Amino acid sequence: MRISVQSDAFDLGAETAGFAAGHRDIGAIVTFTGIVRDLPDDAMEAMEIEHYPGMTVKAIRAMAEEAAARFTLGDVLVIHRYGRLHPGEMIMMVATAARHRRDAFEAATYLMDYLKSRAPFWKREVSASGAAWVASTDADEAALARWQR
Amino acid sequence: MDVLYFAWVRERIGLPREAVVTQAATVNDLVAELSAREERYAAAFADISALRVALDQELADFDAPLAGVREVAFFPPMTGG
Repeated sequence: MRISVQSDAFDLGAETAGFAAGHRDIGAIVTFTGIVRDLPDDAMEAMEIEHYPGMTVKAIRAMAEEAAARFTLGDVLVIHRYGRLHPGEMIMMVATAARHRRDAFEAATYLMDYLKSRAPFWKREVSASGAAWVASTDADEAALARWQR
Repeated sequence: MDVLYFAWVRERIGLPREAVVTQAATVNDLVAELSAREERYAAAFADISALRVALDQELADFDAPLAGVREVAFFPPMTGG
């Protein structure tokens, strides 16, 4: 299990290849990548991502451990960036490895749903007309509700 | 204890962290105490339902006790991913 919270860009191909290497008991790897998306009506200059340094890695590790307890996983990788990013740049990635694809898919979805609204990151969109904090949505909370048991 | 603020809570209050000496028993009591200090705190804490709190870097409820807590953080709902 590897959790990295970093300002630097990451190489999706190299990270995925490194994650996949050296397993003989893994039949499936699922990766998700989050990318900075431009605003629909207003060109974005940057997305600024703030986080809570003391808490972020701990919170993500707890989510990854919970995912490993719920699903049959071989390994988990989470990389999440902070700082000033631009449209088209990769913000984060999740990779899950399992014997079978269903566990890998479900665990990746579970992790994304939790990262979205329980990992201590806050996004701010900066454009020519100003800057605005991204608001959480009811859909984000609804996505979590289906995992609660 | 150390009190930390993130995102627009930090902007409204105007600082990222401060040391607070308090006898507040719960998070709600601390919020009331800070809000009574100055308008900028009252503005930041006007709608508690729009805020989240972490105690020693774990998410908590606003009625949670503060006994033994060293670090309290206030922030809006998180937007990771």
